[in-house]
Amino acid sequence: MYIEKSRVEWIKNLLPDTFLLRVYSPLIASKIKPGQFCNIKVSESDFPLLRRPFSICEVDGEFLHFMFDVHGEGTKILSNKQKDDVIDILGPLGNGFNYSGDYSTAIIAAGGIGIAPFPYLIQKLADDKKVISFFGGRSKNNVIEYGMKNLLISTDDGSIGFKGNVVQLIESQYSQFRNESVRIFACGPNPMLKALQEFSIKNNIECQISTESAMACGFGICQGCPIDNADGDGYYLICKDGPVFDAKMVRL
Amino acid sequence: MSYTDLSVNIGKLHLKNPVLLASGTVGYGNEISKFTDLSKIGGIVTKSLSLKPRKGNPPQRIVETPSGMLNAIGLANVGVEAFIKEKIPFLKELNTTIICNIAASSIEEYVECTKILNPVDTINAFEINVSCPNVKEGGLIFGNDLNSVGRITEMVRSATNKPLIIKLSPNVSRISEFARIVKEEGGDAVSAINTLVGTSFDIWTRKPKIKNVTGGLSGPAIKPVALAKVLEIKRNVDIPIIGIGGIMNWMDTVEFMIAGATAVQLGTVNFINPNAGVEIVEGLHSYCEKQSIQKLSDLIGSFQL
Ligand SMILES: Cc1cc2nc3c(=O)[nH]c(=O)nc-3n(C[C@H](O)[C@H](O)[C@H](O)COP(=O)(O)OP(=O)(O)OC[C@H]3O[C@@H](n4cnc5c(N)ncnc54)[C@H](O)[C@@H]3O)c2cc1C
Ligand SMILES: Cc1cc2nc3c(=O)[nH]c(=O)nc-3n(C[C@H](O)[C@H](O)[C@H](O)COP(=O)(O)O)c2cc1C
Ligand code: FES
Repeated sequence: MYIEKSRVEWIKNLLPDTFLLRVYSPLIASKIKPGQFCNIKVSESDFPLLRRPFSICEVDGEFLHFMFDVHGEGTKILSNKQKDDVIDILGPLGNGFNYSGDYSTAIIAAGGIGIAPFPYLIQKLADDKKVISFFGGRSKNNVIEYGMKNLLISTDDGSIGFKGNVVQLIESQYSQFRNESVRIFACGPNPMLKALQEFSIKNNIECQISTESAMACGFGICQGCPIDNADGDGYYLICKDGPVFDAKMVRL
Repeated sequence: MSYTDLSVNIGKLHLKNPVLLASGTVGYGNEISKFTDLSKIGGIVTKSLSLKPRKGNPPQRIVETPSGMLNAIGLANVGVEAFIKEKIPFLKELNTTIICNIAASSIEEYVECTKILNPVDTINAFEINVSCPNVKEGGLIFGNDLNSVGRITEMVRSATNKPLIIKLSPNVSRISEFARIVKEEGGDAVSAINTLVGTSFDIWTRKPKIKNVTGGLSGPAIKPVALAKVLEIKRNVDIPIIGIGGIMNWMDTVEFMIAGATAVQLGTVNFINPNAGVEIVEGLHSYCEKQSIQKLSDLIGSFQL
């Protein structure tokens, strides 16, 4: 794990409030795996005080890419960074996706900005794995396709693609891959992850979900980021034991 | 560069420098050691231990506030037994002072924890947390009550000869009276301060942002309060003080020492810069050099009113 002062190479809009940030961060780039995250200090002052966690979106040689939505003050400050600004990045953190092993089809399930970790995962998946990606957004104005492969889209208002949510879309397509050995990789809002957890357990499909919570440290010293284990008799720490969990391990 | 003597004494506890990492903000040392060299700082205070493991409070446990954060972790910890078995072997190799913090829900539990931990050589001192704002039993009920703090100090004192530090709550009107009773009952030092009770609401849902409703405020936001508490103790009671609250850098550390602190603890800053302790030690060296201070301890309580 490193604390790396990283130079901004560029930042660009994917949507009006969604950004892609490229930074020069050779140490972290050499180590980070899909599904891991970094904790970024967006300003040098005490405002905001805490770092902000972001999934690794892509690695390009010695450069890291992060994809983020402007949410509150911290992400707003980050969106205003310019070429050659220096930001303080701590990482790599967390466990990442387990994408090796014996399965033929990787199903990517992304809800909104939950798409962020998947370009890197898709980059890293072995060539012999078939990839089908699903993206769910509110309307056609919220669709992100960056870095996806074989993409199917759902929107809540039906303005593009399937009308409904992304889990309903996956269910509607399930007959296609019912007889294949499948692993689902999912990231998005909690209700989506919960629906997918039920779907995967019901159909006995391997499913890995990337979870979120408020964080202070990001590496296991503050105990600020608990998530219930499946039995409900203890907690995992999302930053250290996660953020990726087998859907059977946690109670959402 | 000629190196100043940064060492300080908290009663019979000798520290190579005054920079300690605060309980609940370093776990049991292993995670943070990946970012910093713990042998370069004065020591670490381990996460509050109770007799049995505690699961802690349900999420959401933390929220950021202006220049600070609220937490209601609820003393999640591994318990005394697992601490000795699983955490001590790592702590033993650290080559830094280990202060073991205990939080309990009854006086008997404080004493029992101390008795079990006392024979462990790796533990150099005890810090007794009578001031956690986030648990139903114990915690602030003790921390707000002079008699309880006196009684806990007396009982724990009789269970150990190791240096005994009592960590005081700022959520009282006269903190110096608590320091006085600690001294009278044989405590070697006081730590001040633990977190201040605070809360925060989401204006759209009208719900508290942390599940426990209230939490403990820490970070730069509390520094002026912490400094005033240290000063109050310094001016009223002759007991070593470990200053805590919102320290971010060496300048804050110097400020606490001028106000009367013999040593300091870093809390929230560890989450942002886990190497802050080492950077502060370096900063203290260059401050002393610039100010021609030979012994950093000369700074303690050197305020000019
Ligand atoms: C492991 C992980 C990976 C993430 N990856 C991405 C990503 O790739 N792209 C992206 O756009 N966003 C990602 N997020 C969410 C991102 O961290 C938040 O959007 C960001 O912290 C908002 O900061 P802000 O100051 O703009 O918002 P504000 O709302 O002003 O402040 C956010 C504050 O709320 C806290 N908070 C409360 N609930 C949550 C929660 N569920 N998640 C995060 N913070 C919370 C934060 O700790 C922080 O202190 C990720 C979160 C986690 C935990
Ligand atoms: C997340 C968190 C957990 C804490 N846990 C404990 C604890 O277990 N025991 C304790 O005595 N103090 C605990 N504290 C209080 C700190 O040790 C310290 O007194 C307080 O945070 C003020 O210092 P700071 O402003 O530098 O953070 C905790 C603080 C935070 C932020
Ligand atoms: S964010 Fe600090 S322990 Fe997970």
